[in-house]
Amino acid sequence: MDLTFTEEEEAFRAEARAWLEANVPRPPLPSGDTRAGFALHKEWERALFDARWAVVSWPQEYGGRDASLMEWLIFEEEYYRAGGPQRVTQNGIFLLAPTLFEFGTEEQRDRILPRMASAEETWCQGWSEPNAGSDLAGIKSRAVRDDANAGWRLSGQKTWTTRGAFCDRLFGLFRSDPEAERHHGLTYFLVDLRAEGVTVRPVERLDGDEGFAEVFLEDVFVPDRDVLGSVHEGWRVAMATTGSERGLTLRSPGRFMAAAGRLADLYRRHADDGALDADPTVRDTVVRAWIDADAYRWQTFWTVTRLMDGRRTGPESSLVKIFWSELDVRLHETALRLLGSRAELVDGDDGAWMKGWQFALSGPIYAGTNEIQRNVVAERVLGLPRR
Amino acid sequence: MRDAVRSFLEKECPPKVVRDAWTNDTGRSGLWTRLGELGVLGVLAPEAHGGFGGDELDLVLLLEETGRAALPEPVVEHAAVGVPVLEDSRAEAAAAGDVTITVAPPSGLVPYADSSDLVLDGDRFVEPRTLELRRHESVDGSRRLFAVAAPHTSINSASLDRAALGVAAQLIGLADHMLAMTVEYAKERRQFGVPIGSFQAVKHHLADVALALEFSRPLVYRAAWSVAHGDDGRSVHVAMAKARASEAALRAGRVALQVHGAIGYTTEYDLHLWMKRAWALAATWGDAAWHDARVGRAILDTDPAREEQ
Repeated sequence: MDLTFTEEEEAFRAEARAWLEANVPRPPLPSGDTRAGFALHKEWERALFDARWAVVSWPQEYGGRDASLMEWLIFEEEYYRAGGPQRVTQNGIFLLAPTLFEFGTEEQRDRILPRMASAEETWCQGWSEPNAGSDLAGIKSRAVRDDANAGWRLSGQKTWTTRGAFCDRLFGLFRSDPEAERHHGLTYFLVDLRAEGVTVRPVERLDGDEGFAEVFLEDVFVPDRDVLGSVHEGWRVAMATTGSERGLTLRSPGRFMAAAGRLADLYRRHADDGALDADPTVRDTVVRAWIDADAYRWQTFWTVTRLMDGRRTGPESSLVKIFWSELDVRLHETALRLLGSRAELVDGDDGAWMKGWQFALSGPIYAGTNEIQRNVVAERVLGLPRR
Repeated sequence: MRDAVRSFLEKECPPKVVRDAWTNDTGRSGLWTRLGELGVLGVLAPEAHGGFGGDELDLVLLLEETGRAALPEPVVEHAAVGVPVLEDSRAEAAAAGDVTITVAPPSGLVPYADSSDLVLDGDRFVEPRTLELRRHESVDGSRRLFAVAAPHTSINSASLDRAALGVAAQLIGLADHMLAMTVEYAKERRQFGVPIGSFQAVKHHLADVALALEFSRPLVYRAAWSVAHGDDGRSVHVAMAKARASEAALRAGRVALQVHGAIGYTTEYDLHLWMKRAWALAATWGDAAWHDARVGRAILDTDPAREEQ
C-alpha cells in the first residue's frame, strides 16, 4: 500500500485547486433545488464543462480528462474544499452515465453524454412509485409495445423525483412484460419530459425547496433508441446504477471532509466565545465526527486501491452508503448543538447548517433506506439467510 | 507471510491453547520460539540482526492475525515496541524469540513480566528481577499483569505510538473473529423454526459490527503507513486508529454476546476468551476517549492547521 500521491496527481490537484479558487461563485449560489437557483447552477455546470472539470473521469471525447479514480477523488476533495456548489447534474453524470458506459450503445453515448456533461440536457431519475419505494421491484408503471412507431408507450406515476420539475429528461424502470413478476419483465427507458402525455407536479420538500416532483405519464411515446440495455432486462441494468449511487460516485469523501473542517472552525469560534460551558461534551462529538470523515477518506482510498487492482465493488457499497449518510447527519447535528439557541436560524452565515441538516436527514432514506442497506450487508456481505 | 501466519495460528493456536493459558504457569501459548522462526517476532528487526526487515505495515497485518487467534503472548510489547529499540547484543536473540521483551505501559501494569527477560521501562531495558512487581489479575485470565511498584519513567512517544498501533491491529483481528463466529452461530441456531440470523434485529446488529470494522481497519493501515514513513501526523493517526479499533472490538464483543444469548454467557463456550481480551486491549495503551482527546488537541486547539493529508 502506497499512500503518497504521484507527481502527476499532485500536479492535477494543484491545477484543480487554482481553477476552483479563481472560479467558484462568490457568494455561494442559491439552492439548485429551486427554479431560479437551478438556472444559475446550469450556468456554473457549463463553466465547469468548458474548463473540462465537469466530468474528469470520463473519456476526453465526451468532455472528460480520462482521469483515474484517484484523480477523481482528488478533484472531489478540491471541489468541496473550495466550497463548490452542489452538482445539479449529478443524477446524470454519476448515476445514469456509468450505466450508459456499461450498457449503452455507441449512438446513445455520443448523443447523450456530452449534452449531459454540459448541462444542456439535465436528467432526473424515475425509480420510486407511490407503492414501490424500498420495495422497488413492486413497480407498476407500464410500457406497452408500439410496433407501428418502433417504440413503446409508457403510462403510470413516478414520485420523489429530485429536481423533476426543472429537468429535461428522466431515466427509469417500467414494466414491459405484464406477465412477469417482481424483478423480471422491467425495461430501462430514457424519457423526454417535454413529450406529449407527461405531467410534472412539483412537491415541496422538508427544507422548503420544491426539489421533489411527481411525474405522471399517460401513453407517452418513447422510441426504441431510448431503451437502455435489453428489453425486459431493466432490473439488472438499473442495479448497476444504484450500485454507483450507494458507493463511490455519489458522495465522495471530499464533501464530508470539508464539512468536518467547517465544523472544527465553528467549534473554535464558540470555544473562543466561552460558549461551550453549558455543553462540554460537544467537543467529543466534534472530534468523533472529524475522525469519521477521515476514516471515510481512508476507507475510500483503500477501496480505490482495490478497484485499481481490478476488483469490483459489490454489496460492500451498502456499508459505504450507511456510513456517509449517518456521518452527514452527525456532522450537522453537532453543528446545531454548537449553535445552541441560534440553531433555528436559516438566514445568515450559519443558516447553512440548519439547511444542510434538513438535507442530511434525507440521506438515510434515499438510494435505499439504511434499514434495507443493513439487510443487504447482513445477507450479501456476511452471508446471513434471507428468511 | 500474513497467510502463513494465519494458517500457523489456525493450526497451532486453537481456542484450547488460549483457554489453557488461563490456567498454566505463564499465561502463554508455548509457541514463542516458533513465532520467532516464522519471523513474527523480528518483523521490524533488520535482516542483519536476523529479522524480517519489514515495516509497520507488515507488522499490523501480522498482529491482526495474532488478534484473530487471541494468541496469548506479549507479541505487541515484544515485536512492535521492544525489538525496534533494542540495539545491543541481545537484538538477534530477541528477533529469534530466544529473549522475551515486555513493556511498562502508562498504566504501570506490565503484562507477562514474570516470564520475560527484559522490561522496557521508559527508555531503558531492565531485568524484571530488578523491579518491585506486584501481581494483578486481569479480566482476561491469560494476561498475567504486574504493577511496577517503583515509579517508572514515562514511555516515549515513539513507543507509545507503536504499542497503540499494535494493539489496534490486534483489536481488529479480535473483532473480525468475533463477527465471523457470531455469523456462523446465527446461521446455525434455529428458533421459531428458522435460523436466528434471518431476523432483521439480529442482522442489523451484525451489520453494525461490519460497519465499525470496515471504517476502522483503514485507519489502522493508514497509521501504520504514517509510523513507517515518519509522517508528522503519525501520533494523531495512531490515536484515531486505536480509538476506533477499540470501539469496533467492544461493539463486536457486545453484539456477539447478545446474538449468542445464554450460551455466550458461559465460560464453557469460547466467545468469552476473545471478548475479555477485547475488553483488556480496548482499555490498555489509552482507551477510545483518551485517544479521541489526543486527536481533539491536535485538530481543535491548534490554529486552523487542518491536516491536508
